[in-house]
Formats: sequence, structure tokens, C-alpha cells
Amino acid sequence: MWRFIGSRLLQAIPVLLVVITVTFFLIRIAPGGPFSSEKAVIPEVKAALEAQYRLDRPLLKQYIAYLGDLVQGDLGPSFKYPGRSVNELIAAGFPVTAELALYALLVALSIGVGAGVVASLRPNTAQDYIPMSAAMVGICIPSLLLGPLLILIFGIYLDWLPVSGWGDMPGDKILPAVTLGAVYAAYIARLSRAGMLEIMTQDYIRTARAKGMPEWRVVVVHGLRGGLTPVVAFLGPAFAGLLSGSFVVETIFQVPGLGRFYVQAAFNRDYTMILGATVFLSCLIVTFNLVSDVLNAWMNPRLRGRLGSST
Amino acid sequence: MSTVPVHTLADAEIGSSLWRDAWLRLRRNRLALAGFAVLALFILVAILTPWIAPYDYAQQNLDLGAAPPSADHWLGTDIFGRDLLTQIMYGGRISLAVGFIATAVALIIGVGWGAIAGYAGGRADAVMMRLVDILYALPFMIFIVLLMVVFGRNLLLLFLAIGAVEWLTMARIMRAQVQSLRQQEFVEAAVSLGLSPLVIIWRHVIPNALGPIIVYTTLTIPSVMLLEAFLSFLGLGVQPPETSWGLLISFGAETMEEYPWLLFFPGLVLALTLFALNFLGDGLRDALDVRGAKD
Repeated sequence: MWRFIGSRLLQAIPVLLVVITVTFFLIRIAPGGPFSSEKAVIPEVKAALEAQYRLDRPLLKQYIAYLGDLVQGDLGPSFKYPGRSVNELIAAGFPVTAELALYALLVALSIGVGAGVVASLRPNTAQDYIPMSAAMVGICIPSLLLGPLLILIFGIYLDWLPVSGWGDMPGDKILPAVTLGAVYAAYIARLSRAGMLEIMTQDYIRTARAKGMPEWRVVVVHGLRGGLTPVVAFLGPAFAGLLSGSFVVETIFQVPGLGRFYVQAAFNRDYTMILGATVFLSCLIVTFNLVSDVLNAWMNPRLRGRLGSST
Repeated sequence: MSTVPVHTLADAEIGSSLWRDAWLRLRRNRLALAGFAVLALFILVAILTPWIAPYDYAQQNLDLGAAPPSADHWLGTDIFGRDLLTQIMYGGRISLAVGFIATAVALIIGVGWGAIAGYAGGRADAVMMRLVDILYALPFMIFIVLLMVVFGRNLLLLFLAIGAVEWLTMARIMRAQVQSLRQQEFVEAAVSLGLSPLVIIWRHVIPNALGPIIVYTTLTIPSVMLLEAFLSFLGLGVQPPETSWGLLISFGAETMEEYPWLLFFPGLVLALTLFALNFLGDGLRDALDVRGAKD
């Protein structure tokens, strides 16, 4: 097991290095310097600014210096907000995004696993068709449509819930979390249904039943562990999806999280912020993929040898 | 997708009956057929839009402003008095084009890459698939946003960037197919006849791996269209005066309180298209008996 974790960690390093390098050089070839939007700056000030951002040095040296800072966890100063560091901006935005993603994941897991398991118990009956049709609807209504629709229904017509903000009013976290989690609830429902259907025909389930074990115990204790393996494997990609999904959801609901910062940085051409946030989000996603793989291997020992390779 | 495998006289008998079986199975699946019909209708409308659109695309009517659906304007008008149906038709041209062209890019790269890796085997295969593994771990949505920032909001780039994201799974599916096909006797026969690897891949391997490719292609189009809608919604994709369904939804969401139809109708066509493609994809998977293309 430790060897498995070690080999996955080693694989993560080149991935992160590629991300950092590609992002760094892409940003440098972008049109428009960081200060081109300002009015004509006095040459001395410009030189001082460029020195502060290390733009006066050769590109390769900038890159090596940036890597050196990164190792120490320093993402550098923001271009757009002088005096604020990218670390501060991420520290302000990330807890909000993490909380949103966590709630969305809880929504997705509770609804998704619940619906999928319920559907799998009586396949090809109404108990199967109704939740699975709902899942299909969930997959076909993207968050950028679902969010405004939920605001219109629950925020404006029914006036039950606040339509924007985060932590300002009771209940204003419900709509963003549901909007972000809905699609994943749908995918998880399909995955857990398929997984449970396959597991519940296995011999060891029949043995458990033959021992006279009550059906709910058979499902919960024996069925779920094997049946939810696809769901656990899906958690890594789902987390990456939740982070990028937060771009849209935070924009719709005006949530002051990292996703909204990232989109704003993209509009403002705040290159150090974009670079820093990309590096930060990539580390997170790579870490989460790793955790998801390790969890999966722990739940399903048969995968341990295979997961390291590409097949 | 539009290419039908070329059957030589020798394999005509088996080949056509396999495809006919699949067609018969697909025909019994009413949801998949409905999806196919909706999709065909939308594509036809998108192609014919310049001739059949009820109004001029840019024609404004500021006196009218945003009006609800009526006999003159079936889906209403936007705040500039532009006909919403016309906007949706032109937006559909871009949304569908992004979906199909980006998927075609992904298809070509993915099939080529997977076929070569699977056929070559050994070290070349290991290197090529390790690269796919590394790319898989990258946060691609973030990279697309980054690319759109760096290179400006160029539509062609949007196609290419999205296509470049989606080829990875295609490459994996293709490689798995090729690896199992390589062991078959007809491939060994072709090798012993001295055909070059490229000819073998093109004439003998790819036509036999078409089933999973068709299914996965059908399921890739909706995810690509979603990506485009997502970017346009954020203002990083299609730019006015061009429009797309994602952009229309974004504008509709801004004024949905007063003019809900501006959100509702663009959202409806996007959701309908996604439904159609998903049902068709699921139907094709059952008809062609492909397992594990998705889910």
C-alpha cells in the first residue's frame, strides 16, 4: 500500500511541473503587459515596478526565481491589486470555495447514492425509472441554467431563499450548493446504481442472504462497500469538476470565492493571480485525484496493482 | 462519423448484417429515435438559418423593446427588440458547430494517437499512454480559461482548445480496441501479406473499432457543447455580436426577473439538445453493444 502511494506521489511531481511551466510561459506570451492599462507611467516608476515584479530580468531567471518562491509557498504579488499578495487573495477566496464545494459534494453524495441504491434494489420498475429519469434531467440541465432557474423559482416567485451572497443571510448557501451539486448527484446516482446492480448478483451477497441476514444489512454492510467503488473512483474527477464548476456558480450567486476571483483575474489580466491560482488549483486537483485513487485501492484491493498503469 | 466503413466483397456479408442488426436494435429504442429526430431537426434548421430565419439577425426595434411571445415574434424579443427565435437560430449554428467541430478534432487526434500507440505496443505505447496519463491529471477547465485569456477570445481557438481536451478518453478507448484487434487472425494475415502498418490500421483496424468510437463521439458532443456554454456564460467564449446558446442564457439570466422568456427559451433548446444527444448516445451504446464507453 505504501509503495502504491509512493509511486502515485512520484507521478504527481512531473504533472505539477508541467502545469507550472506551461502556465508560466503562456502568461508571458500573452498580449499586453501588466501595466499597459495604466496611463503613461513615469519611466523611473515603471522601472521600479518592473524590478519589484522581476520583469527586468531574463525570462529564464524569472522562471527559476518563481520556482524558488513556489517551493517556499510564495505565489508572489498581485498585478492588479498592488500591495496584496496572491497568497492573501487565495487565502481569502479559497475557504469560501472549499465550503461551497464541500456542501455541493454532500448534496451530490446524499442524493446521488440514495437515489442510485434505491433504484438498484428494484430494477426496471417505477422505483428504478423515476430516480433515473430525474438523473437524466439533472445531467441535461447545466448549472448555468439551473442556477438562474432556481433563483427565479425559489428566490423570486416563491421568495423562500436569498438569491445571492454567502453567509450574509440564513439560507443563502442552499441554492449555490444545490446548483453546484446537482449534476454530480445525477452522475453519482447512475454510477451507484450500476455498481450496486453488479455487486448484488455476486456469490458473497447470496451467502450473506443465505445466512439469514436481514436485507438492509446485506445492502448496507456488504453491498455498499463493493457497489460504491465506481463512486469513490469518480470523486477525484468530481472534485476537479466542482472547482471549475464553482466559476459559474460563484458568478451567478455572487459568492466571494476563488472561482469568482479567477474569472475576475482573467478579465483584469491579473497575470500573477491567474498563474498563482492555476498552480494552487492544480496542486489541489492532483492531490485530490491521489486521495481518490488511494481510497479506491483501499476499498478494493484488486485494483492496487493495476491503478498505477494506464489501462 | 459520417464515413461508412468500406466493405470489400469479402466482408460484405458479415459486415452489413452486423450494422443492420445494430440499426434494428436502435429502431426499437424510441427515446434514441426521438433524440435522433430532434437533433436532425436542429441541425437542419442551423444549416438553413440564413434563408429561413424570420427576421434579420441584427435588426433592432427599440420602440418594441423586450416583448413576450406573440404572433409576430413567436419566442418574444430581447431588450433591443431583436427577435429571440432568430437569435436562438443563429446561436445554435455556433453552439452546434463548436460541438461537432471540436468533437471532430478530438476524434481525429484521439483515434490516431490511440491506434498508433495500441498497434506499436512496447516502449512507444508506454511513452504515448504515459503522456495521456499526465494530461489526464491536468485541470483542463482552468487551462481553457487560461488559453482564452492569453490568446484573446477567438472562436477558432475555442474549437481547438476544447477539442484538445476531449481526445484523451478517445485515445484510451481506441488503444484498448486496437490491442484486442491486433491479436485477431485477419490482422495477422494482413501483416503476413506485407501490408504497411498504416494501411493495416486504416483499412482493417479502425473499421472494426467503429462501434465504440461512434458511441463515444455521440457522448462527447454534449460535453463539448456544455464547455462552450460554460465559457460563453462567463464572457470568455463567443463574443457579441456573434451569439451562442450559452451567451443567450447568460443575457437571459441578467434580465430574467422582468423578461423570463429570454432565459427560458435558450435554456430549453440547450437542454433539449443535450437530452437528444444523451439519449441517442445511450441508444447507440445498447444497439452496438458497447460496454464501458461511459459510466
